[in-house]
Formats: sequence, C-alpha cells, structure tokens
Amino acid sequence: MDWTFTLETFISLVAAIPLTLQLAATSILLGAFLALGLALLRLSGVRVLDWFARFYVFVFRGTPLLVQIFLIYYGLSQFPAVRHTILWPILREPYWCAVIALTLNTAAYASEIIRGGLLSVPHGQIEAARACGMPRFMVFRRIVLPLALRQALPGYGNEMISMVKATSLASIITLMEVTGVAAKIISETYRAIEVFIVAGVIYLTINFLLTRLVHVVEYMLSPHLRAPRLQTPVQGESK
Amino acid sequence: MNAQAPAITPLALDVKDLHKSFGNVEVLKGISLGAREGEVVSILGSSGSGKSTLLRCINLLEVPDSGDVTVGDETIRMQRTRDGKSRPADQAQVERIRSRLGMVFQSFNLWSHKTILENVIEAPIHVQKRPRKECVEEAEALLAKVGIAEKRDQYPSHLSGGQQQRAAIARALAMRPKVMLFDEPTSALDPELVGEVLRVMRGLAEEGRTMLVVTHEMGFARDVSSRVVFLHKGLVEEDGRPEHVFVNSKSERFKQFIKG
Repeated sequence: MDWTFTLETFISLVAAIPLTLQLAATSILLGAFLALGLALLRLSGVRVLDWFARFYVFVFRGTPLLVQIFLIYYGLSQFPAVRHTILWPILREPYWCAVIALTLNTAAYASEIIRGGLLSVPHGQIEAARACGMPRFMVFRRIVLPLALRQALPGYGNEMISMVKATSLASIITLMEVTGVAAKIISETYRAIEVFIVAGVIYLTINFLLTRLVHVVEYMLSPHLRAPRLQTPVQGESK
Repeated sequence: MNAQAPAITPLALDVKDLHKSFGNVEVLKGISLGAREGEVVSILGSSGSGKSTLLRCINLLEVPDSGDVTVGDETIRMQRTRDGKSRPADQAQVERIRSRLGMVFQSFNLWSHKTILENVIEAPIHVQKRPRKECVEEAEALLAKVGIAEKRDQYPSHLSGGQQQRAAIARALAMRPKVMLFDEPTSALDPELVGEVLRVMRGLAEEGRTMLVVTHEMGFARDVSSRVVFLHKGLVEEDGRPEHVFVNSKSERFKQFIKG
C-alpha cells in the first residue's frame, strides 16, 4: 500500500464529509416530518388517507433509490411545465434533487417505524390522559408521541445509518460527496483499492459515531426502563 | 324507599336513564344514579353487569347511546350524527367535565415515561394551566398523603402495584376533582397490596369526598360507602344504604352475589 497516496486520498475525502453529512442530516430531518405525517395518515382511520399513505410507502419502498434519484433529476426536467414553475431553481440543482429523493425514500421506511411506535403506546395511558381532560392534540404531544418515539428510536437508528450510506448514490448525479470524490480520484489514478478502503473507513466512522449518539439519546430517554436509581444514602451516614 | 346520605347535600353527579350498547349487546339498559356531595357510592355487580361501562360513560370514555350525565350543574350536551349515533356536541365541554372527575383505573395507567411527581403535576399544569410551583407543592403534599412521598422521582415501573395505584389516586386528586371515579381500583393488585390502597380510599371517604367506586371489595362497600348500588344485566337492581341493603335486600340475585 502506498501510504503517501492513501494519506492524500484521505485528506481529499475528509474534505467531502461535510456534504455527505449535510445530505444525510437534511434528508433525515425532513424525512422524519414527512414520515410522521404518513404514519398519522395510516392511522387516521380515513380510508382515502390510509390508502394514499399505503400507496406511497409501496412505491418508495418498492423501487430502488437510484431509480428515484434519476427520475427526479433527469425525469422532471423533461417537462416544460416543471421548468416553468417557481420550483425550478430548486429542481435543477443536483443537491436538492438528491435531498428530495433521499427524503421521499427515507420517509417511506421511517413512517412504518413511527407507525409501529405509535401503535405500541399502551391504550390505558392514552385513556388516562383523556380522562384528565386533555384535548386530543395535547394527548398526542404530551403522552403518545414521547412514548412512540422512545419505542421507535432503535429502529430509527437503523434507518439513519442506511441514509448515511444512501447518500453515496448522490455521486451519480455529480455531487462531490465522499463517494463522488472517491470515484473522481479513481478515474484519475486507477487505484480503486486504496481509495475505496479509505472511503469505507470514513463511512464506518460516521456510522460508528451515529450509533453511539443514538445509543446515548436512547439511554437518556429511557430511565424508566432501567433498574431504579439507588436511593441516595443519608448524608453523614457511617460507612 | 331509597335511603339518602345522612345529610341532604346537593347532587354532585347525576346520571339519568343511561343506555349503552356494544354492537348487538345492550350493556346499560337505562341506568339512573345520583351521588350527593360527600357520598361514597359503591357499585357492585357480577362481571358483565355493566358497572365499568357505567363509570366510563360518566366521563365519556365511552359515549352513551342516550341518557344524561350531569356533573355539578353542567349537563353534557349530546347530539346525533346523521347515521343515528350519539356523540358529544361540544368536545371542549367534555374535556372540562372530565377535568372535574378524577378517574382511577384498574391497571393504574400511570404514564410510564414520567416520574411519579411528573405524573401528578402533568394535568394540573397543562390542562388547568396552574403555576408549576403551586402544582409541585400540592403534588408533594398529595404524595405524602398517600404515603409515597419518597417515590416522587422514581418511575412507575419501579413501584409496586399498590404504590402505583396510590400514585394514580394522587394524580387524580391533583386536579381537585368534584367527584372521584374508581374503576375496580384493587382488582389488579396482589392480595397483600389491596389493604394499602383501600386505606387511602377510606381516608378520602372520611374527608367527605364524593366517590363512585366500582369494586368487588365487600368489606369496603359495607363499611365505608354511604350507599351501595347493585347492577344486574344493565339495570339497577338494588340501591340503598349498606346496612340496609346487606341485611334486608329483597333481591335474590344480590343475596346470591354477596354469598359469592
């Protein structure tokens, strides 16, 4: 292995990390809101809304992300109607096309994770909230959602990791995130092994940190699932 | 014939001709029942007699098909939907009335992600919009009263069933309710934990709180309550003072029931 080359590659790829993180963070965040909306549609009890959400999940889970990225980036610009909307300045940017595709895609998976979380909330705790006179939305905000998110978090951690890796597909539409830069270096040097190993290590590191982060959040949010804290001993108690 | 509480006080709760069906099964077939301020009414009945449904209809956790529920001087307004179903006309009114009824459930239903103190102050702060400091002070006093002051920062899953139910009672009391509703509060408890919950309830009764208690505890019904109501197949079969009902009931079914 050529260490000098590896180091140079590493430095180039590290510079691309912010874009990778930005893509992942933006689409995870936007996707979470969309996912919550979809999950609520699924559980709304209104058949039309339920079926809309089902169809959405079916389409976006059932087709490859790469195809979705292509359709949004190359497909939409085929329509003059799209080119003339105020959305065009956004849709002509590869960055936003990638964010949109990633967002729409993660929302499909995440909506099922959130739906599972919402369904896991014990009915009795919801009833207790209603019995106190809480309005519907307050019950949702104060009781249902906090419990559902705690339940959904481990599964959501998986989805976040998938998203970090999925950002690599954005390189196909010219974005210079980690994989994009790696591909460029390879095309210039034909040294695939070193470059992809470095890229792999970078993704691994990001996901390692992400896993730890999710774990810490999970730990902080679930004191009720752990053994009780020991009672603080009385001050001045003899040992 | 209906014996009243020792002193005639105004009605805190009045239920008139309540009907409720689930599908084809008519669970409540026209129940009328009042509770005067300070009265403790025990509702007895075998399983399927409709006693829990009655309680849940009072705070609209179940929507009655017809009949009136009045809490204090406010009657819950109902309306009919186009397909003939009954539903509350004004959701805000339902929420207001619920906040005046403290409900204690068989399975406690404490919010598992909140500490005991947080459970108790949740609704006073967010529903009644009272200042946090005042709510915390009151909550601490209530927790002390039910004997679990030292558990304030623990989570429900760390408490025994009896402690959880006492915390649930404190949570209900924190709303300063007009009437307390107990839905089989000791039925989910291990036998050795029943006593501590009943003791708290007895204390509340002695304070003069208005309580409706669906229970299987004959001792409590006999000794603590000012009135006993026996439901059978969705109708009131017996209603009177315990010393009267338990001794002189003419209802064969009730005699059968208390024999066990």
